[in-house]
Amino acid sequence: MRYGMSEVAVVGVGQTAFTRACGVSIKELCFEAFREALEDAENLQPQDMDGSIICSAPEYDKQRSPAGAIAEYLGLNPKPTFYAEAICASSTTGVRIAYGLIKSGLHDLVAVIGFQKMSELSSTEVQERMGRGADIMWESPFGLSMPAGYALFARAHMQKYGTTEEQLAKIKVKSGKYSVLNHKAIFQREVSLEEILNSRVIAAPLKFYDCCSNADGASCIILASAEKARKITDTPVWIRGLGSASDSLSMANKANLTGLNCAVEAARQAYKMAGIEPKDVDVAEVHDCFTIAELMAYENLGFCKPGEGGKLIEECQTYIDGDIPVNIDGGLLGKGHPIGATGGSQVRTIVLELRGDAGKLQVKGAEIGLVHNIGGVGLYGNVIIFSR
Amino acid sequence: MGFEKFGKISYTSETKVKDFVNYLEKGKIMATQCRMCKKIYFPPRMDCSNCLSVDRMNWREINNEWTLITYTTAHFAPTGFEDDTPYMLAIAESAEGLKLFARLSKDVSEDQVKLGMKLKLTPVKLPNGKIVYEFKPLGE
Ligand SMILES: [Zn+2]
Repeated sequence: MRYGMSEVAVVGVGQTAFTRACGVSIKELCFEAFREALEDAENLQPQDMDGSIICSAPEYDKQRSPAGAIAEYLGLNPKPTFYAEAICASSTTGVRIAYGLIKSGLHDLVAVIGFQKMSELSSTEVQERMGRGADIMWESPFGLSMPAGYALFARAHMQKYGTTEEQLAKIKVKSGKYSVLNHKAIFQREVSLEEILNSRVIAAPLKFYDCCSNADGASCIILASAEKARKITDTPVWIRGLGSASDSLSMANKANLTGLNCAVEAARQAYKMAGIEPKDVDVAEVHDCFTIAELMAYENLGFCKPGEGGKLIEECQTYIDGDIPVNIDGGLLGKGHPIGATGGSQVRTIVLELRGDAGKLQVKGAEIGLVHNIGGVGLYGNVIIFSR
Repeated sequence: MGFEKFGKISYTSETKVKDFVNYLEKGKIMATQCRMCKKIYFPPRMDCSNCLSVDRMNWREINNEWTLITYTTAHFAPTGFEDDTPYMLAIAESAEGLKLFARLSKDVSEDQVKLGMKLKLTPVKLPNGKIVYEFKPLGE
């Protein structure tokens, strides 16, 4: 066997379209993703699940304790349900917890449902919450937003390695090229390099098209024990490695401003557990909430050396036919970023790629896939490695 | 109560380091230093995560010479800061190895800003009776 023993597999995946305003309730949004995942898992029924983990960022919800409301609506009572939160990394944190629950023998079939309905709040309410995403005592009082946080990384990366705004823009060009082929993506238009470079400044050097957009959406990943998985499907996708790490919330306390230390550490753990190296990865989904975030991910995951991310995109090595295809579904920049649903959407894409079910976005012969999902400005990092 | 005076918009009122604001109003920028293990904290704190001592800190003035590590110009702001845009946010490192996030003074124009430039931290009184600090070029 090429990898260590795996005892947990993904047996079903589902995702709603990611949209600006879904026009339905959070329960209905989750139902759509759950129903699709059940169908994908050879028509499992809600009562086959023996537990569920509901993932979102609670500050966007009106419903208190959404796990209860959603589990009821999805027909998951009386099986246990609970809530997992790590902002934008919530649903891969849910997958990690599900892995532990299954591996321990407590459960053998768990649904991880991630969602966010960002249109539930007015844009002023969203901006107010954004202000409290930084350290509220020492950093929020200066007016720190997510784009500004990543812009501080972008400037430092440019200074240290000579990375250019044009290289960052090329990441968005790639994203647009693939998101138009993904009917579940919010962004259904290709954008030219000029349009990206001339878009309005949000937090210099990051411009409008360097940033992903808020969205409504839900995702569902059904995980099973080996025994159960083999009974359910002929095409299980196995979890081979998991890594998880954290870094300081404060911008000032980040030891590294040209990469995300939480991603480097999570990747190290995941590669070690899977017994593989970065060059063995055939397809990756990385957390490109901003163009600079994807560029740093190339380096932090070892797809290139630190400082060579700009060169990697210039040479188109992260395109579908490159050395390491990245975000072939459009990524967050193309799909939109419904916070709690994003990690599950990344897992779904990798599962489809490894099963050969990715259609127009299929990376030929992909056997090993990787998901990199980050919460906050490099605050929480999850890396998960999958194979057929 | 006491700390709510810090910053244009503050989200914290109760803390063991509220005296920081009183010092700031007197023009002093203070760090804390653990009496047990000597570790220096800035922003200040009263709980030592290094040796787990509680309330065994001394206040001490910082060495006010900073080097700019990175910055951004925000053209888009969280609720309550909209009127300030554009404003520059920066991270700098002090001569004694402390790191801090704060705004760069509006007195500095963006084309004067260079990574590596020397800065000092200065208290700024805000119109609404609040107080904060910001980075200014050293020597001004
Ligand atoms: Zn101490």
